[in-house]
Amino acid sequence: MKTRMKWLIAAACLATATTMTLAARAEDVTGAGASFPAPLYTRWAADYHKATTNRINYQSVGSSAGLKQIEVGTVDFGASDAPLSDSALAEKGLIQFPTVVGGIVAIVNIQGIAPGRLKLDGKVLSDIYLGKITVWNDPAIAALNPDLALPNTPIAVVRRSDGSGTSFGFTNYLSKVSAEWKEKVGEGTAVNWPVGLGGKGNEGVAAFVAQLAGAIGYVEYAYAKRNSLSHTQLKNHAGRFVQPSEASFRAAAAGAQWTKSFFQILTDQPGDESWPITSATFILMRKTAEKPGQSAAALDFFAWAYQHGDAQAAELDYVSMPRAVKDIAMKSWQSIVDASGKPVRK
Amino acid sequence: MSHPAPSDDSMRPVHPALSSALPDRLFAWASRGAALFTLALFLGILVSLVLGAWPAVQRFGAGFLIHDNWDPVREDFGGWVMICGTLATSAIALMIAVPVSFGIALFLTELSPVWLKRPLGTAIELLAAVPSIVYGMWGLMVFGPVLARYAQQPLQSLVRGVPLLEPLLAGPPVGIGILPAGIILSIMIIPFIASVMRDVFEITPPLLKESAHGLGATTWEVVWRIVLPYTKTGVLGGIMLGLGRALGETMAVTFVVGNSNQLASLSLFAPANTITSVLANEFAEAAPGLHQASLIYLGLVLFLITFTVLIFSRLLLMRLRKNEGRSA
Repeated sequence: MKTRMKWLIAAACLATATTMTLAARAEDVTGAGASFPAPLYTRWAADYHKATTNRINYQSVGSSAGLKQIEVGTVDFGASDAPLSDSALAEKGLIQFPTVVGGIVAIVNIQGIAPGRLKLDGKVLSDIYLGKITVWNDPAIAALNPDLALPNTPIAVVRRSDGSGTSFGFTNYLSKVSAEWKEKVGEGTAVNWPVGLGGKGNEGVAAFVAQLAGAIGYVEYAYAKRNSLSHTQLKNHAGRFVQPSEASFRAAAAGAQWTKSFFQILTDQPGDESWPITSATFILMRKTAEKPGQSAAALDFFAWAYQHGDAQAAELDYVSMPRAVKDIAMKSWQSIVDASGKPVRK
Repeated sequence: MSHPAPSDDSMRPVHPALSSALPDRLFAWASRGAALFTLALFLGILVSLVLGAWPAVQRFGAGFLIHDNWDPVREDFGGWVMICGTLATSAIALMIAVPVSFGIALFLTELSPVWLKRPLGTAIELLAAVPSIVYGMWGLMVFGPVLARYAQQPLQSLVRGVPLLEPLLAGPPVGIGILPAGIILSIMIIPFIASVMRDVFEITPPLLKESAHGLGATTWEVVWRIVLPYTKTGVLGGIMLGLGRALGETMAVTFVVGNSNQLASLSLFAPANTITSVLANEFAEAAPGLHQASLIYLGLVLFLITFTVLIFSRLLLMRLRKNEGRSA
C-alpha cells in the first residue's frame, strides 16, 4: 500500500515536470547576449507584450555567449556589443544590424575642476592609460587646458576588471588614436592593462573614481549621467572638443558608412559634432532560419522597436539609430530566408 | 518438525519480513546511488575541466603556473599572478581568522556567562548567512575607505623612506588589494571556523576538564593541554572548511582585490587578482579558444590546490595521531 503510494507520488512528480516543460510556449522568441542593452531589450519586450501579447525573452549572458548561442542555434537572436566583420558573418552564416547607440565617457575626480571642463585628446588619454603621463599638471594636459589650474596630483588610473563591451569600445578608440597603445596593449573586451585599478562593472569603476583623489576612469554615458559623475570633453576626429550628449553620439552614428556594411565601430568617427568613443550594439541572426516562424517573430519585434521604441530608449539614456540607418537595417532583413530561400518576413 | 510444513505458519512471518526488506534494500540502493552520484559528479567535473583546459595545457604546459603575463589580446596566458593572489589572500584570512575564532570558541565554551552563550553563538552563526556579495560591496564602499583613511595612509606616511616597509605598504590609497581582500575573507570564514571549534570544544568530556581543574590547572592550561589535544581533528577540520571557503570565494574578493594582472610590487595594498576573481570577471566575455581554455586551466589549478590542501590536512592529522602520547 505504502509502496504504491510512493509510486503514485513519483508518477505525479514526473507528470508535473513534463507538463511544465511543454508549457514553455513554443511561439516565444528567445534572445541572448550583451548585457549593455539588456535593460532596454527587457523594457521593449514588456511594452511589445502589452501591445501585441507576443513574448520576447532576453537573457543577458554577455556578448561572447550570445554569439556562441546564435551560432549553435539555441536562441532566435543573439546580441553583441562588438560587431562582426563581414567575412566572419559570412563564415558563420549570420547577419547583424544595430539597434541603439551608447557613448563611453571619461570621468575624473580632480579637486577644483568642474564637470565637463577638463579637455583631453586621444593621445593624452592613451598616455595616461599607458602610465606615461602620471600627474595632472603634466605639460601635455596643461597644453590642452590653458585656462584651468591643474593640481600636482598623481593620476590614479581606473578601468573595468570584467570583460565588457565598454572596455572594447574604449580600447578600440585608444588603438585608433595611438600607435603605441595598439602595439603594446591592443583592443578587446579584456586586455592586459599596463597600469591601474580594476573595478567590477560601471559601478565598481565609479566607486573607485569617487573615492580616489586624482582618479580617471571610463563608464557608459547613461551610468555617468544618472549618477552625475564628472565627465571630460574629448577632442574628436575633426579636431574639435565635444561634450558627451545624445546629439554627439547620434552624430557619430550618422557619419558611418552603414550602406556599405554594418561592420561599423563608431569610435573616432569624422564629423564636427561626433563624440569620439561611441559604440553601437548589434543583433545577430541566422541567415538561413531554422525556425522561420520564430525568426519572423523576432524581426517583427525589432521592426516594432524601431518604430515605437525610441521614447523608451531615450528614457533609459540610450540613443536610437538615425532613421536612415533603421531603413537600411530593415531592408537587410530580406536576406534572412527559410530553407526554400523565401524571406521569412514580408 | 524441523520442516515447517503448515502453510499458515510460513505465510505469516514471511510477509512482514518481505515488506520491510524491500524498503530496506531500496534505501540502501538510494544511499549508495547518492554516494556514487557524488563521485561521478566529481569525476565529471575533473574530466570536463581537463578537456576544457586542454588547448591551454598543450600550448603552455606546466610553465603556465609560473608565467606572469595575462594578455587576452595576444593570447599569452600565465597563472602565476592569480595563483599567488589566491594563496596570499587565503593565508592572510587564516592568519586573522584562526586566532579570532579560537578566542570566540574559547569564550563561548569556557568563559561566557550562560545567558550570553546562546545570543552570541547565534549572532556569530548569522554572520555565515550574509551573502558574499554584501561583504564585497561593504568592503568596497565602507571598509576600504576606512582602512585607507585610518590604516593605510597613516602607515604609508610613517614608513616613508624605510627600505623594506615602504614597498610593502605602497599602492593607491583606496584600501584595495591583497590585505583588504584577506581581511574581508577572514570575516567571512570566522563564523565557520568558530562554530565548528565551539561545537567540538563542547564535546570534551567534563570529567577530563574537571580533573585538570582539580589538579590546579588554570582555564588556559585546561584549554591548551586538555581541550585542544582532545579536539584537534575537529579543530583542524574547521580550519580546513574555512580555508576551502577562502580559496573559492569569488564575489567578495573581486570587489576589493583590485583585479590587476600585473605583479608590479609586493605591496599588501597593490591591486592584485585571484583565480576565482579573474574567472568571474572574464569568463562571460571570453572568446572561445585559448582565452577560455586558459580560464578553465586556472579553474583546474584551483581544483588541484584545494585537493592538495585537503590531502595535506589529512597527512597532518595522521602525523598528529602518530605522535599521540609521546609528549606526555
